[in-house]
Amino acid sequence: MPSDSVLRLVWIYPDLLSTYGDQGNVLVLEQRARRRGIPVETLHVRSADPVPESGDIYLIGGGEDRPQILAAQRLRRDGGLHRAIGRGAAMLAVCAGYQIMGSVFGGEEGQPVEGIGLLDIASGRGTGRAVGELVAETDPALGVPTLTGFENHMGVTRLGPGVRPLSRTVVGTGNGDGTEGCYAGKVIGTYLHGPALARTPGLADLLLTWATGTQLGPIDDVWFERLRQERLAATLPRT
Amino acid sequence: MSQLPLRAQLASALGRTAATLSRATGRGDGSVIGGRVGLALEPDLLRQLAQNRRLALVSATNGKTTTTRLITSALQELGDVATNAFGANMPAGHVSALSSSKDAPYGVLEVDEKYLPEVIDTTGAAVVVLMNLSRDQMDRAAEIWLLAQKWRRALAGRNTHVIANADDPLVTWGASTAASVTWVSAGQPWKEDSWCCPECGGPLDRKGLEYVPPGGHVSGVVGQASPDENDWACRECSFRRPQPSWILDGEAVVDPRGRRWPLDIQLPGRANRANAVIALATAEAFGLPVERALPRLREVRSVAGRYTTVEREGRNARLLLAKNPAGWLEAFDVLDPALPVILSVNAQGPDGRDTSWLWDVDYRVLRGRPVYVTGERKLDLALRLEVADVPFQLTDSFVQALAAQPPGKVDVIANYTAFQQIRTEFGRAV
Repeated sequence: MPSDSVLRLVWIYPDLLSTYGDQGNVLVLEQRARRRGIPVETLHVRSADPVPESGDIYLIGGGEDRPQILAAQRLRRDGGLHRAIGRGAAMLAVCAGYQIMGSVFGGEEGQPVEGIGLLDIASGRGTGRAVGELVAETDPALGVPTLTGFENHMGVTRLGPGVRPLSRTVVGTGNGDGTEGCYAGKVIGTYLHGPALARTPGLADLLLTWATGTQLGPIDDVWFERLRQERLAATLPRT
Repeated sequence: MSQLPLRAQLASALGRTAATLSRATGRGDGSVIGGRVGLALEPDLLRQLAQNRRLALVSATNGKTTTTRLITSALQELGDVATNAFGANMPAGHVSALSSSKDAPYGVLEVDEKYLPEVIDTTGAAVVVLMNLSRDQMDRAAEIWLLAQKWRRALAGRNTHVIANADDPLVTWGASTAASVTWVSAGQPWKEDSWCCPECGGPLDRKGLEYVPPGGHVSGVVGQASPDENDWACRECSFRRPQPSWILDGEAVVDPRGRRWPLDIQLPGRANRANAVIALATAEAFGLPVERALPRLREVRSVAGRYTTVEREGRNARLLLAKNPAGWLEAFDVLDPALPVILSVNAQGPDGRDTSWLWDVDYRVLRGRPVYVTGERKLDLALRLEVADVPFQLTDSFVQALAAQPPGKVDVIANYTAFQQIRTEFGRAV
């Protein structure tokens, strides 16, 4: 993104996948960019409309089984997201949106449904629902502090060699193998609601850094930090 | 019901005793424990208590308790009505309600959305009232499309008459397997859960309304949509809004004969006008005409603490309950823009433990008035307001927030357990 231009956020399919406060990730990115003087434009793309290729950061959220399957079908048919990621755009994919980025995910009855193949992951349906607060230590290479959020899913996600775990779980289920989420290139996937970027604004700043190609200055994080400390204290086992 | 079998009579009587003990010992209002005792002794008790009465079951995500109260008030014009007025909306609560009004020929029962199929099946209710479905407590509640699908299966092949909100596509889909339906245009301000066709997944087109993204440029204020603006149709299949016979039109209702009645109810806000129109349509299904039902609705001033005003040291706080994004949107419509507002949010089991839904609420409508934030999850709300550029003051408790006001009126919006805590603080205000 050239330094004088507008940061373009693209929210994919809020009509299908925005069931768990996913709008919050969009709002947090907007706020943290604007407070650093970066002008922002946000586009909401409905599932009947084409996904533009020219965005800087793409967001896709969580939802129920049926809309998840519809979203995967439409994204595959549309192809716009693939072209955008191919030319180096950043993305945050959450929960149902995270699962469809892989090769396969579990449908309404647990049957395998074809994903869109943007991340080297494969998901299926687990035996029980993972519901509750999650805390995880982020991959040190990312320079993002401890991840906190709320998970609510039945998914089990296996990471392939083409991705790295986003974090290692301290409390909670995440992918189901002791890791939570994954990343590859500028694409991040996570099971976390909360929403994730409100609970871990460092992740929002990472996406902004990737998209702008510049180091970002600090901003007033007092309310983010107070909420983080309260949630971490409430969730981590007392020592 | 004197014709109850002996076992059911005994179960019913013991249940009432348990309820009385629960109240006397201050443990609760008794509406759940009494029913549980009765059902333990006679599992068939609900079916037996439901026999030989005309029942209406009321279900929705929002407005169940209030609409149950409005229908009950209307039907009292016809005779005694058994009802679960305290919102105990699962089978134990239904047993308790019917048991405590044994001889009432009518019953109006609020029913949890998930339990509705079971309660339709058990009671064989003559009338089922369906108002709205939207996201609610996602960490514990069923997915709403699945709920609607279960409603369809429960209603198919039955001789049940349904009163349903035709403006809510998911409710319409859930109701449309019923043998007969009275369609009501009761509006649907919250549309974020129905941009897609429940039948085929295609996009729903809404007449005169472009897609407005959540958090887009509209404020949270609910407009006075003209009835046509509530129209919708699937772009890809034949599923579309049925023609309504009752219409909420601003401050008035238009009945099936085209007569226009000013509602003039005391309960505030658009949502309650919608609830009132649903209640009038239900009353007519019981043979009660508008001219007799409407004056009864106008007598209702508050419902289990909702819309009531509590007072402390010259501060008069009006209490509004909002449990999910659709409920907050309707609550904002009730707020007096000239008054300060206290917001209280918890995340206990009944509230849903995930506070992510706060990000689905558009708080920008609160800009420009004093906002006080409290509740067990006040920091979640504080950050939400900060990101929405709504200035606020954080307070440690509702009482502290109230004391921070100048003497006079203030509005309060709280979610479920936060609301109950405030009610308890003020002696279970009703």
